Amino acid sequence: MNPNIKNQASVKSEAPWLAQKAIVESDKATAAEINGSPKLQASGLDFFYGNNQALHGISLRIPALKTTAFIGPSGCGKSTFLRTFNRMNETLRHARMQGEVLLDGENILEMEVSQLRLRVGMVFQRSNPFPKSVFDNVAYGPRVNGTRRKSDLEEVVETSLQRAALWDEVKDHLHKSALELSGGQQQRLCIARAMAVDPEVLLLDEPCSALDPIATAKIEELLFQIRNSCTLVIVTHNMQQAARVADFTGFFLLGKLIEYDTTKTIFERPKIQATEDYITGRFG
Amino acid sequence: MKAAIVIGPDARPSRRASGIIGLLRRTLNMDRFAYGLVSGCAACIILLTVLLAYELWANSALSRMKFGWHFFFTNTWDPIAGQFGALPFIYGTVTTTVLALLLAIPLGVGAAIFLAELAPPRISDAMTFLIELLAAVPSVIIGLIGIFVLIPILQRIVPVLKSVIGFLPIFSGPFYGVSIFSAGVVLAFMILPFIISISREVLLSAPRDLREAALALGATKWESTWQVVIPFARTGIIGSIFLAMARALGETMAVTMVIGNSPKIMASLLAPGYSIASVIANEFTEATGDLYLSALVELALVLFCLTIVINGAARLLILMTEKKGGR
Amino acid sequence: MKKPLSFRRKAINAIMFSATGVCTVLSIGVLFFILGFLLIQGGKFLSWNFFTKLPAPVGEAGGGMANAIVGSGKILLLATLVGVPIGFLAGVFLAEYGHAAFSSVVRFVTDLLNGVPSIVMGIFAYTLIVLRMKHFSAFAGGVALGIMMIPIALRSTDEFLRAVPASLREGAMALGAAKWKSIVTVIIPAAINGIMSGMMLNLARVAGETAPLLFTALSNQFWSPGWNQPTASLPVMIYTYAIAPYPDWHRQAWAAGFILLAMVFIVNITARTIVASGMSNKSRL
Repeated sequence: MNPNIKNQASVKSEAPWLAQKAIVESDKATAAEINGSPKLQASGLDFFYGNNQALHGISLRIPALKTTAFIGPSGCGKSTFLRTFNRMNETLRHARMQGEVLLDGENILEMEVSQLRLRVGMVFQRSNPFPKSVFDNVAYGPRVNGTRRKSDLEEVVETSLQRAALWDEVKDHLHKSALELSGGQQQRLCIARAMAVDPEVLLLDEPCSALDPIATAKIEELLFQIRNSCTLVIVTHNMQQAARVADFTGFFLLGKLIEYDTTKTIFERPKIQATEDYITGRFG
Repeated sequence: MKAAIVIGPDARPSRRASGIIGLLRRTLNMDRFAYGLVSGCAACIILLTVLLAYELWANSALSRMKFGWHFFFTNTWDPIAGQFGALPFIYGTVTTTVLALLLAIPLGVGAAIFLAELAPPRISDAMTFLIELLAAVPSVIIGLIGIFVLIPILQRIVPVLKSVIGFLPIFSGPFYGVSIFSAGVVLAFMILPFIISISREVLLSAPRDLREAALALGATKWESTWQVVIPFARTGIIGSIFLAMARALGETMAVTMVIGNSPKIMASLLAPGYSIASVIANEFTEATGDLYLSALVELALVLFCLTIVINGAARLLILMTEKKGGR
Repeated sequence: MKKPLSFRRKAINAIMFSATGVCTVLSIGVLFFILGFLLIQGGKFLSWNFFTKLPAPVGEAGGGMANAIVGSGKILLLATLVGVPIGFLAGVFLAEYGHAAFSSVVRFVTDLLNGVPSIVMGIFAYTLIVLRMKHFSAFAGGVALGIMMIPIALRSTDEFLRAVPASLREGAMALGAAKWKSIVTVIIPAAINGIMSGMMLNLARVAGETAPLLFTALSNQFWSPGWNQPTASLPVMIYTYAIAPYPDWHRQAWAAGFILLAMVFIVNITARTIVASGMSNKSRL
């Protein structure tokens, strides 16, 4: 049992994790990473669907050019939290947000939303390629944001498809319909499409949950390749995936951030009992 | 060679900062313009309908003032004397509609049951396609068939009919071809496809578990249909009949071509008659004088109100059935 | 021990199957009946004159309906220009932007408008346009038919747009596309098959309408250049010729009926094939 938790034993009996704030880490080096100028930062974020409060006072900092994972049982709010970063929650009726979310120090609510989404891209749980050709799918982002010249588009498409490890498979079929690709290919296409606008941050909402293990492995490999050029934030149900892929991990439960630390710490020496219980499979 | 637009991490902040205001302005305007455009069109439709009601009301004012409610009970239509009463046309419209419904309902509901419940799916789809083609036949073409094909056929059948039931007042008198009876048959042709396709959809909206529960208990296909599905869909089928009725009331061309255009109420179905839509079609361009025109517009107003009420009731009934099915 | 199905129940099942089957066959029989006569009679009387000549004076043979064919084309063109944009854009509003209350009112009113008999529409166009301009015109006819096209244009746009999955909308917006842009570049193209076929069916239905034209475009023995003159149209000619006492006119009415029905059917079948190939859902009436 984790020695750090002993002194919180009394609190534990009254559902302690509901009362505690996030603990920030043990390593000085990683402290610098997390506490230094973060790419994304949330402060006291509350989120409401109508009268339901889905997120309670979330505060954390996501370091730049690292991979961060959010884990937790179904319905704990991790996807909701992810979607606040590119303001996708605004598409829902009766959704309200309180608190601050900053991108590079700027409040995202004060930015123009299209501009925000160019800097913070998203890949969804189920691949959603447009019913257009492979080329037109990847070129969609640049086209819609002003790139017109054919040579520019061709270059962006090729670069993005290469980064998504899909180029070799589709280079001779760029004008075929995207819907003819396999599930795994479609998801890599969606990643390529998101990368085509060269985002600073890529949000991935359970990107592999609808895929088989081989397709999942391919995507994890590609995430490994792009991690150095892009800040990645992944929501995942799969703890092993978080352990494989992420530098930092946040554990969510019932709309609260329970613990946020380096992946190594979360999985080997979690500071909060609830985290340990989740990791070891006692619930969730 | 990378185009100037493709961004790198350094170039990003400055490009966006300067572009933001322009982009903001442009996007906001386009979004607002788009919203204004589409909501304007939606509002336009409401305005058009209100305008339609208004024009009918305003242009029938003369006739409404002069005749009041007597308009609906007067049996005279005498343009020369300036006496206008709607009764002959109401009679004609009602009788042709009732006749058409009597012919089309059994045939139509029967066919709908066959297509929705009993027929194998591929046959059902093929036949439904053909029924939908029948619905697409223009009224004037049915009228064409009515004049040159149906009436000659009826002229052979009716004497036979008369020899059997000619003692009934509704089948008495000479038959000249054009008549309320012919109009009713032709109208039946027109509303048949509507009854079939709407009833079929209503029947199909019954949830599968309903049928399967009956079949699992050993019912035959017909028994599951008759005892379970039809009671479920009954309201919707009645709704489809209402819709067909609304259509029949306003049906103009086919009826006008075979009804005989005689503004007299006769006991026999074999006599010529006149419907509301037909008199408007025939006399509108010949109407001399404001009162004449206004009387015709008042008839149109009657049609308008009738079809709205019946259509509204019909949609409600159909909606109720589809809601039951959880669609 | 289970009882075998009684003979009586089996018999009833078979009888009702046959009875309803007979109803269906009779109903379809009506279609073939109509089709058959038009093919035979119409085909018989079609001639080159029909397509190229103007109507001849009564009693003279050799007249045609060239002006009616062109006239119908003009009126339908105007109807499309009037009805399709309004119906389409309003459909986009309902599917993509709507408010709960306003949208229900729009849908309800559209249904009402759809149920209005075509002859009442004709009177509307008459009071709106013909009375004010003091003459009959192709313009008035086009507007009458155009207003009739609005409800169906709206309904098919609304239904096919709403059938586009929300995930596509989210995907487009997550790439930085403004709402209107995502609608124009992703959602409408995804629904275009269905919308186009809906418009085609709409056009086919309106092409056969006669009553609204009776007191808007009226008719014309001659060519009617421009939009401000009474204009001949196929359906009105069919009507006028069919009720007249001249056999030559009857023959022309058959020929015109054949052409009209052929066009309506071709458009119908094409439209339904487009939808069937593009989607797995059934198309609604």
